[in-house]
Amino acid sequence: MKPRAAAILLHALLIALAVGTAFPLLWMLSVSLMPAGEASAFPPPLLPSHATLANYRELFGREGIGRYFFNSVVLASLATVLSLMFNSTAGYAFAKLRFAGRERIFRTLLAALVIPAQVAMLPLFLLLKWLGLVNTYAGVVVPGMAGIFGIFLVRQYALTIPDELLEAARIDGAGEARIFFAIVLPVLKPILVTLAIFTFLGTWNDFMWPLIVLTDQDLYTLPIALAVLSREHVQDNELMMAGSVLTVLPVLALFLALQRYYIRGILVGSVKG
Amino acid sequence: MRVQRAAWALVTPALLVIGVFFFLPVLAALLVSLTDFDLYALADIRNLRFIGLANYWHLLQSPAFWQALANTAYFVAAGVPLSLFASLAAALLVNARLARFSALFRTTLFAPVVTTLVAVAVVWRYLLHTRYGVLNYALAQIGVHPIDWLGDPHWAMPAIILFAVWKNFGYNMIIFLAALQSIPADLYEAARLDGANGWQEFRHITLPSLAATLLLVSILTMAGYFQLFAEPYVMTQGGPMQSTVSVLYFMYEEGFKWWNLGSASAVAFLLFLLILAITALQLRVTRRAEAA
Repeated sequence: MKPRAAAILLHALLIALAVGTAFPLLWMLSVSLMPAGEASAFPPPLLPSHATLANYRELFGREGIGRYFFNSVVLASLATVLSLMFNSTAGYAFAKLRFAGRERIFRTLLAALVIPAQVAMLPLFLLLKWLGLVNTYAGVVVPGMAGIFGIFLVRQYALTIPDELLEAARIDGAGEARIFFAIVLPVLKPILVTLAIFTFLGTWNDFMWPLIVLTDQDLYTLPIALAVLSREHVQDNELMMAGSVLTVLPVLALFLALQRYYIRGILVGSVKG
Repeated sequence: MRVQRAAWALVTPALLVIGVFFFLPVLAALLVSLTDFDLYALADIRNLRFIGLANYWHLLQSPAFWQALANTAYFVAAGVPLSLFASLAAALLVNARLARFSALFRTTLFAPVVTTLVAVAVVWRYLLHTRYGVLNYALAQIGVHPIDWLGDPHWAMPAIILFAVWKNFGYNMIIFLAALQSIPADLYEAARLDGANGWQEFRHITLPSLAATLLLVSILTMAGYFQLFAEPYVMTQGGPMQSTVSVLYFMYEEGFKWWNLGSASAVAFLLFLLILAITALQLRVTRRAEAA
């Protein structure tokens, strides 16, 4: 094939794939701006006859979606802060501080990655019930404060910190706490951004655990509220698309802003095997 | 030792959290799966009885459990190869020497991965609508009669597979892209000097260089796909005629709808053992193929 013909074919394929992939998301946005009932037609309309924010008004007004949005923001932020605290400290210690049993504990943690989280879910529910944490924000975030993957992510990055740097600080008389905050944390910043975005997105998008641990409607996160809403409003396509836009847009925007860091996390994760 | 003390101060909080909220529940799940933990035991723990392997025995005789297992196996057996194929094809296109705007294409193709599953499942439920859905409209243009995607037991699982491939292929595409970029360029130079065509380059350079990545990615994807839950929960509620009840969906209903926590824990363990067994099998087959 001539290089020119090959280039045209290649780009035609790429464009077709990209349009096909983006189509559901673009159409979701378009339908969310249609007046009620317009999307239930054949052939399905591509663009609204006249764009309206009525669906969004109804979601925030009658359906009180603001409350769920608030819950999602609070829970995802809380989970992110906690995960940064617990995993950055442990990840650094596993990489750079010698202590008895370090290798054995770390190997045990890595081996435990093969256990699906759902195996722990039923007793975890009983444990949280016993602790009085069912139906609270804490019930959603506490079990995930520290995670094996988070520790691994930070550790792999912290391994690149030169030992001489830490030794020099010790010789200068700096305490371990001071070394962690003044030297280690600034160096770890890029991987902490990665960990933060992974945790935020993971908590925001999570479905099964909040579905189990939250039964009080006032505490629902957006995905739970959306799943309930979609069972009540089977025919209201425009309204449901608006709800989907509100759920997807924040995480999509966050990803686009911090893409580089997110991709790094995937690549570190993929060499763990 | 000062360092030793600091190290323990730094790892203990995380280890405690993982111990209490992960390892302890996993061990408890094993114990609970050997009891008849149900609504009565939930009300008063004295109603709890140890029943050995009876939960496992009952599950293995339950047609509903086997159906859930078969549905999940269908999802994995069709979904994993399709996903890997889509990921690899997308990575090869984006990585092609002639391709321009690679970063833009990469971001677009990856976007579904970060979206909220429940939200895009709602969107797809509408795309797949029998009367107003775009998919049936597109098919009508080439003369295919409307398909009741989510209402027909034969089509519901294929529809969910299609959705899952769309949602997930970008993730492995990123991993394949990184692997493709680490293949030395002079390998291709040498092949071209020898007069190899595109297919031969792919067959004798690209594919062998990707072997380790392919194995890793297929194991991770397989383990992930066995955990199918939210898609049927939102799109079909397990129907029509139980055709999309997955193992985890079955576990969720058994545990949190009927409160048979003993039996539900047994389901969780059987799923875990299944994933473990298939992973081991994959590793073994690959090792044998490499040795041959």
